[in-house]
Amino acid sequence: MRKFISLILVGIIASGITLSLLKIPFGTPKTKVGNYYLNKGIEQTGAVNIVTSVVLNYRGFDTLGEVTVLFIAALGLGMVTLTFKREKREIQPSSFILSVGSRFLFPFILLFGTYIFLHGHLSPGGGFQGGAIIASGFLLIYLGCKREINEKRFKLTESLAGLVFLIIGLMGLYFSGYFLFNFLPKGVANTLFSAGIIPLIYIAIGFKVGAELAGIINDLMEEK
Amino acid sequence: MVVFVIFLVLAMLAGAISACVFKDLLNAVIASGIVSLIAAVLFYFLQAPDVAMAEASIGAGLVTAIFVIAIRKTERKE
Repeated sequence: MRKFISLILVGIIASGITLSLLKIPFGTPKTKVGNYYLNKGIEQTGAVNIVTSVVLNYRGFDTLGEVTVLFIAALGLGMVTLTFKREKREIQPSSFILSVGSRFLFPFILLFGTYIFLHGHLSPGGGFQGGAIIASGFLLIYLGCKREINEKRFKLTESLAGLVFLIIGLMGLYFSGYFLFNFLPKGVANTLFSAGIIPLIYIAIGFKVGAELAGIINDLMEEK
Repeated sequence: MVVFVIFLVLAMLAGAISACVFKDLLNAVIASGIVSLIAAVLFYFLQAPDVAMAEASIGAGLVTAIFVIAIRKTERKE
């Protein structure tokens, strides 16, 4: 009986979503702001990747909030795992091939993540994606070879990167009168040193997200 | 191309349903990881490579790993 009722409820929700989505023509932009970004984005921000120019320039303050949300989530998880009882469990040491392979792959994963967030204004990707790739490299290290990783350094990196983001925003306020204003020269579009403060903020976000997600994994894996 | 996308959507549906149905939670987590992976491919086809990258690294990679760690700390069978 209960399953029957829930099935009916799911059917109602699904038909509602379908009916409301059918009204929207697929693939045609309804808003004018998208066209504005596509036409003026490159000359106004200097970033070739329009997504990045929206995320960090037109909507930079939202990104600061997003980073804060991630920070609060990591903090909450740290508080919850503090209350757990640490139980020692016997864990088999990983095999030779696994530990050597993960140690071999780790620097390349770090390099790839760094590439992703350094070129956030040129190619797809950015600080969040690069940080997640770096954190998956740390996950590999945790799984492959049982290394003690100094978690204080994670916390230090995270706080410093967040501070850099805020300081860049305040410098915009100081030099131009707006928080997170792009006060540096835009440079030539489609080159690495362009787009003003966007690469600097993405470097900070990359470090912050990488340290945060690696810290989450560290909190969860802590029993050794 | 369209046939390939339809196949991907059907596989995604199958993965989502099996993630709900499976009694072994490890299998369910792997199925939800497959859903994320196919979602990343579909995002790429819809010309959103940024979202595809985030979905592949976070949804298919880190979230699956975190769920596996959680299962190891709790129980494997539902």
